Amino acid sequence: MSDHKVDNNALAADNPTVSARPPAEALRELRRWRWQDLVFSARYGGFFVLLAAVLLAPLFLEGLYEFDLAILVFINASVAITLNLLVGYAGQISLGHAAFFGLGGYGTAILATRHDWPALAALLAGVLLVALVAFVIARPILRLKGHYLAMATLGLGMIIYLIITTETGLTGGPDGMSVAPMEVFGYLVFDELVWYWITGILLLLIYWLSVNVIESPVGRALRAVHGSEIAAINSGVNVTHYKTLVFVVSAMVAALMGGLFAFYSGFITPTSSDFMHSIEFVVMVVLGGMASVVGAVVGALLLTLLPQFLAAMADYKWLVYGLILMLVMIFMPKGLVPTVHGWIRRWLP
Amino acid sequence: MSILRVESLTKVFGGLRAIDDLSFTIHPGAVHSVIGPNGAGKTTLFNLITGVYKPTSGRVLIEDRDVSGLATHQRAALGMSRTFQNLQICMNMTAIENVMLGRHLHLDGRFLPSLFRLPRIVRGDAEARERCAELMEYVGLGKYINAEASGMPYGALKRLEIARSLAAEPKLLLLDEPAAGLNTTETAELDGVIARLGDAGVTVVLVEHDMKLVMNISEHIVVLNYGKKLAEGTADEIRRNPDVIAAYLGAA
Amino acid sequence: MFSDFLQFLVTGVTIGATYALVALGFSIIYNASHVINFAQGDFVMIGGMSAVFIIATGVPMPVALLIAVLFGGLVGILLYKGGIEPARDAGVIPLIIITVGAALFLRGVAQVVWGRSYHALPPFSGDEPIRFLGVVVMPQSLWVLGITVLIVAALGYFFTRTMLGKAILATSHNRDAAKLMGINTNMVLLVSFALAGLLGAVAGVIVAPITFTYYEVGVMLGLKGFVAAVLGGLGSFVGAIAGGVILGVTEAMMAGYISSDYKDAVAFVLILLILFFMPSGIFGKGGVERV
Repeated sequence: MSDHKVDNNALAADNPTVSARPPAEALRELRRWRWQDLVFSARYGGFFVLLAAVLLAPLFLEGLYEFDLAILVFINASVAITLNLLVGYAGQISLGHAAFFGLGGYGTAILATRHDWPALAALLAGVLLVALVAFVIARPILRLKGHYLAMATLGLGMIIYLIITTETGLTGGPDGMSVAPMEVFGYLVFDELVWYWITGILLLLIYWLSVNVIESPVGRALRAVHGSEIAAINSGVNVTHYKTLVFVVSAMVAALMGGLFAFYSGFITPTSSDFMHSIEFVVMVVLGGMASVVGAVVGALLLTLLPQFLAAMADYKWLVYGLILMLVMIFMPKGLVPTVHGWIRRWLP
Repeated sequence: MSILRVESLTKVFGGLRAIDDLSFTIHPGAVHSVIGPNGAGKTTLFNLITGVYKPTSGRVLIEDRDVSGLATHQRAALGMSRTFQNLQICMNMTAIENVMLGRHLHLDGRFLPSLFRLPRIVRGDAEARERCAELMEYVGLGKYINAEASGMPYGALKRLEIARSLAAEPKLLLLDEPAAGLNTTETAELDGVIARLGDAGVTVVLVEHDMKLVMNISEHIVVLNYGKKLAEGTADEIRRNPDVIAAYLGAA
Repeated sequence: MFSDFLQFLVTGVTIGATYALVALGFSIIYNASHVINFAQGDFVMIGGMSAVFIIATGVPMPVALLIAVLFGGLVGILLYKGGIEPARDAGVIPLIIITVGAALFLRGVAQVVWGRSYHALPPFSGDEPIRFLGVVVMPQSLWVLGITVLIVAALGYFFTRTMLGKAILATSHNRDAAKLMGINTNMVLLVSFALAGLLGAVAGVIVAPITFTYYEVGVMLGLKGFVAAVLGGLGSFVGAIAGGVILGVTEAMMAGYISSDYKDAVAFVLILLILFFMPSGIFGKGGVERV
């Protein structure tokens, strides 16, 4: 998996170098510091807003229900950000990501509840289980492109979902199973506020680390895989390695969030791993904006809150949900955040 | 020592021998050209050299090393870089990022250092950005340094590919029909860029069917026809070769 | 022993014929537009559900079925006009999301208009089983097979003998060339979506007496139709039919001889194996990316 590291000495030594001094103006432009770059960057502006929101929201949230929603937003946003690394940046669609969420959740729940594993060990085992599954499947599955990749990830997700539904003895079947509360070093994590901080801080961490990856040679390689796989390979990028890497990493984060979700809600059902849940994750990414970290968070926020608003008109939920998806994709195919960002950029000097 | 050697290379597609028992040697330095009419097998040859295709028989050697078992990205790591007849530009990236992609092998591409944004990652990227700006200026793209790739004209994108290839600081630069689709002015500019590369000591292998471009700047020419080597020599020798005149110039 | 096998075979071919019709819908739309229509299964639901409710208003059954099928075609046209045409150049992933949105929308509408309960359509010609070589065949199975064969023949005629059919085929091979030849490619797309809607609705109508129908019946049927289409090679009509039948028979054999627990997983295991080992499907043509 790591033959991409080359002996740089072989390259350097006797290579002729060519260069020319760019016009001073162009170089200045390249180095110029613009306040827009700070305010509208994911690393600074976006992170600051997210940080402020996570820190200040508890002052405004009232009651279990609102905290519950915030926690769900954090969990979904964490999954969406890393799924975006795969779908938005590397351009590899996955229609089965909820299966990793569900597998992580059930793995954790079964070990902690049925086998009395310590909570953190169970979480870790759930994540490692999913990492293993994702790693084994990555090579054959990521050779596929476009619709075939969509079909294969969908199929993988369905198989995992069907196993979870059918192995009643292990998982409790379609009715789901209850999960023992999370106990860490003798402390019972039960309070909504504690869960708020756990999931909120994890989201901030995942956000920050993802931006690090995006703004690095790894991130550039991932975007190149999307833009032109041929150009990437010929530039020495080990495409298989990076595809596998981002697939496994995003699956692991989904699994971690699945495990936390199981502990938090005290209950897990197979719908956590079903096709519709996978679609929801993809829609968060696409609605908020592909290849945009901020977009993933916004998408997760909207898609988590939307059903709550629609709950008032329960019967019309799916109708409205479907309509919104279609309209946004028709009128803003790049997703909300990149489209709005584009508008703002046209407004600014 | 030769930088590139092709030994009895053969590639059969279905029943068609796209490359047929081809052998030649490229010595370091200067501009070399592979010419031939459309369908002579020029691009197939590049795809065999870079490892996109597996040869039916024969082998490719880079600096006397048999690279048959190596994947394309591993061959790139040996100091080989190429451009494409049909543009391969990442339209989801800015112009300079496309060039920086070419520096991938000189940067730390491991996951963990990037994840934690170690100082070397930040420094490496900053240096790469400056270096790539210089390269863009070198190929005459100074004014596009801050542009989005998707907003650049065709001729500029062709040169952007050259800049990306140069960013790898290759020992061997393979250019696949760089003049295709360019107008006369653009072709002349490109001519200059390639000639300067040769002067700077980069070994360039140029695939072209535009005879004029090739004759002016190449020191050594291999002529292909139906996948076979028709002739090999200096520009003057090729110009006088009766087989070449009959098969190529005569038909043009 | 042998009669068991025959019994499973009949069951498998019957359900396989339904998958084949759905798969044909996928392939027709894919050929014309390179869109994977995730609402294809919901055409099946529309066909079955509207038939049930039209019959309930007292319309004679054959007329009701015809209206239901035509309604499916109309929904296909509306999907194209309302969702696909305005986003023609949006790229693969947005188009996938649009059809997913359309699927949710159709399900949502069905749930509001027709409710959440299960419905059965009466069999077309009684439910007196026919016994033959120790095999019990429901008359509805014969209807399913007969109508599927009829439709396949009609499609074959349409695509090889009629101007419009040939235009659709030409467009699927090369849209630009077709446009240059004066083919109205927009019309071709519209007709393709209408055809896919009709096919889906037919599948829904003929299978509803066997499997029941409800507002979410399209989810699994759609996915399995997609599997069948990819199994046979996306875009290949013969492949879609073969893929459907192979899938149906494999499912029936699995359920009959081993266990019905994982009946639904058969499709997805099959598709992963095919994609890993024969990436272009059983009947698809391999494509090499040109550099």
